[in-house]
Amino acid sequence: MAKVTFREDRCKGCELCTTVCPKHIVQMAKDRLNKKGFHPAEVVKQEECIGCAFCATICPDTVIEVEK
Amino acid sequence: MTKVFTRPEALNDVELHYCPGCTHGIIHRLVAEAIDELGIIGQTIGVASVGCSVFSYNYFGCDMEQAAHGRAPAVATGIKRALPDRVVFTYQGDGDLAAIGTAETVHAASRGENITVIFVNNGVYGMTGGQMAPTTLAGQVTQTSPYGRDVKTQGYPLRVCELLAQTEGAAFLARTAVDNVKHIREAKAAIKKAFTYQLEGRGFSLVEVLSACPTYWALPPAEAMKRLGGEVLDYYPLGVYKDKGAETDEK
Repeated sequence: MAKVTFREDRCKGCELCTTVCPKHIVQMAKDRLNKKGFHPAEVVKQEECIGCAFCATICPDTVIEVEK
Repeated sequence: MTKVFTRPEALNDVELHYCPGCTHGIIHRLVAEAIDELGIIGQTIGVASVGCSVFSYNYFGCDMEQAAHGRAPAVATGIKRALPDRVVFTYQGDGDLAAIGTAETVHAASRGENITVIFVNNGVYGMTGGQMAPTTLAGQVTQTSPYGRDVKTQGYPLRVCELLAQTEGAAFLARTAVDNVKHIREAKAAIKKAFTYQLEGRGFSLVEVLSACPTYWALPPAEAMKRLGGEVLDYYPLGVYKDKGAETDEK
């Protein structure tokens, strides 16, 4: 099983990670804001993650860490 | 569990000042990953340019120097000639490299200076407010071309890789993009190859990375990436424009 960790305070809410996830499990957390005032990206179904690191590859702010 | 993706050591753990969705962050990381993988962090000197990427000296973990607008290849030439055992790279935008710095770029390539240029091309002047650059596409609306770039009065967008491919001194010229994961991986391979060529003393190397500017393209980041993969790639074809290593190795 793979695990992705988002460093939410660094997220600028650009949503690029949500466009590349093959499992469509990366979404924007519309219910909360980070300290910058953006809705941060989050993973909704961690167990479905395959650890492809597409989200981390396209993230401009190196918010995402992937473990496998 | 092992980490399969984490921040490269050559990229300082600080917040980047770039706008949301700005692809400078991706390209910074690719350069840092290439430095890490080649194990050259202790012998690398970067030259920051003027433009949005001016603060790159805060972000790269190697020694950095700041050059006057457009003069990064000239400063890099000086550093490389004084310290030939170091890996010297410049990190420049299109307003810096393809406008005010055209002479420095062309002549550094022509002299075959053994340096690496990372050329980030997003088609606008980002730092000063989104004015038209030499690389702005025909018809593109910017602050200084409100009706779209008219090629009759403002000329045609400049293709830098094709231009430099005619210089004898250039060893490696490639155009890459960061609009999707596949292209990002290819961009990293090209950057790594450019550094490798410099280590082998083959001469001037330049990697152009087509980039998005969501703020001054006035598009949401995901839409900007689509435009980058569409009309921008149509005008600026990806590929390797010169590879002296491949040419000489074949002979």
